[in-house]
Amino acid sequence: MRRAFLIAVPYLWLVALFLIPFVIVFKISLSDVALARPPYMPQLDLSAGWDGVKSFFAELDFENFAFLTTDDLYWKAYLSSLRIALISTALTLLVGYPIAYAMARAAPEWRPTLLMLVILPFWTSFLIRVYAWMGILSNEGLLNQFLLWLGAIDTPLTILNTNTAVYIGVVYTYLPFMILPIYSALERMDDSLLEAAEDLGCSRLSAFWLVTVPLSKNGIIAGCFLVFIPVIGEFVIPSLLGGSGTLMIGKVLWEEFFSNRDWPVASAVAIILLLILIIPIILFQRNEQKQREAEG
Amino acid sequence: MAQTVFAPWNDPDEKPLIQFRGVTKRFGDFTAIDNLTQDIYAREFFALLGPSGCGKTTMMRMLAGFERPTEGQILIAGQDMSRVPPNKRAVNMMFQSYALFPHLSVWDNIAFGLKREGRDKDKIAARVEEMLRLTRLSKFAKRKPHQISGGQRQRVALARSLAKAPKLLLLDEPLGALDKKLRQDTQFELMDIQEKTGTTFVIVTHDQEEAMTVASRVAVMDEGQIIQVATPDQIYEAPNSVYVADFIGDVNIITGRAAPQGDKVAIRFAEGQPEIIGTTTKTFEPGQEIHFAIRPEKVAIDTEEPEDTPNKLRGKVLDIAYLGNISTYHVELPTGLIVKAQTANTRRISRRQITWEDTVWISWTDTAGVLLDR
Repeated sequence: MRRAFLIAVPYLWLVALFLIPFVIVFKISLSDVALARPPYMPQLDLSAGWDGVKSFFAELDFENFAFLTTDDLYWKAYLSSLRIALISTALTLLVGYPIAYAMARAAPEWRPTLLMLVILPFWTSFLIRVYAWMGILSNEGLLNQFLLWLGAIDTPLTILNTNTAVYIGVVYTYLPFMILPIYSALERMDDSLLEAAEDLGCSRLSAFWLVTVPLSKNGIIAGCFLVFIPVIGEFVIPSLLGGSGTLMIGKVLWEEFFSNRDWPVASAVAIILLLILIIPIILFQRNEQKQREAEG
Repeated sequence: MAQTVFAPWNDPDEKPLIQFRGVTKRFGDFTAIDNLTQDIYAREFFALLGPSGCGKTTMMRMLAGFERPTEGQILIAGQDMSRVPPNKRAVNMMFQSYALFPHLSVWDNIAFGLKREGRDKDKIAARVEEMLRLTRLSKFAKRKPHQISGGQRQRVALARSLAKAPKLLLLDEPLGALDKKLRQDTQFELMDIQEKTGTTFVIVTHDQEEAMTVASRVAVMDEGQIIQVATPDQIYEAPNSVYVADFIGDVNIITGRAAPQGDKVAIRFAEGQPEIIGTTTKTFEPGQEIHFAIRPEKVAIDTEEPEDTPNKLRGKVLDIAYLGNISTYHVELPTGLIVKAQTANTRRISRRQITWEDTVWISWTDTAGVLLDR
């Protein structure tokens, strides 16, 4: 009884906050746009009884999904999102790994402080931090002023409203999600393993590739998924820092919903996005599971 | 057939494999090794024995190349090692934690060092198989370290460190993580492997029994210095100081004043007690402080006064420690000094005559103990 209750709580949570909304969104994606409130048809009319239900289901179709294939904006947006997510994940790994490595090698009394510094940005609103980057990256922004003052450049660089700005924003925002799992993997590593590798003929560098990297593999995989999955659907960063050339599915989704008020197409976009995300999510879960099994 | 005794340290023509020359190692203010000079010879099984913090691990880490001497030189096969990094030394180490690579199988762990040498695949495979056979691990080649037992892991660590056929193998408390029975079996296995491979072994341990069992010579260390280096029997029978006598095995120490009498020395240790007579090759000044060290098993215990013995003392049995094969009697002298006497339990327990509170005689010959000046 107690056991059943304990299991029921997370399942109820998932049903209420994931499955029901998903069913609603899925139903909207099968509807047609209408000038009404809510702005789609058909509505389920239970007062008409069984016939009402039948006619309701008869009017649902996959038109909107078919529509997504006719306009190349959509698949280009999906591809572009995937590309931006992939590149920014790689950049975040490139920046995050050395930081995590340095933290794990730091004197033990410093580690809590360093960990605190990584988490510290979460104490301010994400939106404010992205706005702050606009101030830094704009043509008259701090970065350009600094570079001009140094004499490194003659004319201000255009960074804001380009993909570069999006990458900077993503790397900055998602860095802690990369650092923390890698740090936790590296911190657990026994230093004598590196000494053993050196003792057996490795240089410092090859010991890093042959021992440190494989042993932090699970941390790297976890960090990459934690960045990759949310970045695909990212909306705030591309819309604030990106330009008209930055094509991301999150932005398309927002425009379909709020500019075009085409809820059914927007829902179809969301459903496809979810399907795309399910693959990496499953891979991520499998990695976590494997790690738990390895640790016994 | 007469067997020649392995004792290269007594041969003036023998070149030592390892030479410590005035080596000092400091960590900040702390001196871990203090001006140490010591030779170790090829094919030796050399044990560094001492309490934790005595510098034995530092000595080993300097041999492996993980630490550099602050002063002095370490030579291996005549070559100064101060600028040679660990990966360029013909020295391998078996770590206390074993340091097996958790992401690699037993086979790949053993092959790790060989692959770094860039040998061809068949040679590596042949060598790994040989090592697996030597350590009786062939069945576990495909397993990961977390899938085998502690004793097996210990053997993988040994196989991995031996695979490159090093000139010198360092063992850092190699049996510390094993239970007593397994440890004893493994000690003999280690000696066997050392003999078969002809490798020089340097072992670090705090377990005196282990050092005595495996080593050809034992160095007893304290506070960064080697107090005595000798074969296990010499260390036990002829310690050069109270520290060594006390560290190795059980011992009674009686401190008094020396009174040389020809080739013997009498020790006055308390008012109203007879003098203890001992023999020594050392010379003692009359009145000099002297320590008489005698092992409990060399002290005889009787209910009646023994005759024809140069040393006999009367006392009362305070305690009896029964260990099965032997019993240790704690005998209190009238001065309050407690002397331990050990006898083999050759009779059944019901037939033994000595019990608590009995007045007994303890006695020993004049050559049973060692006279020490420090």
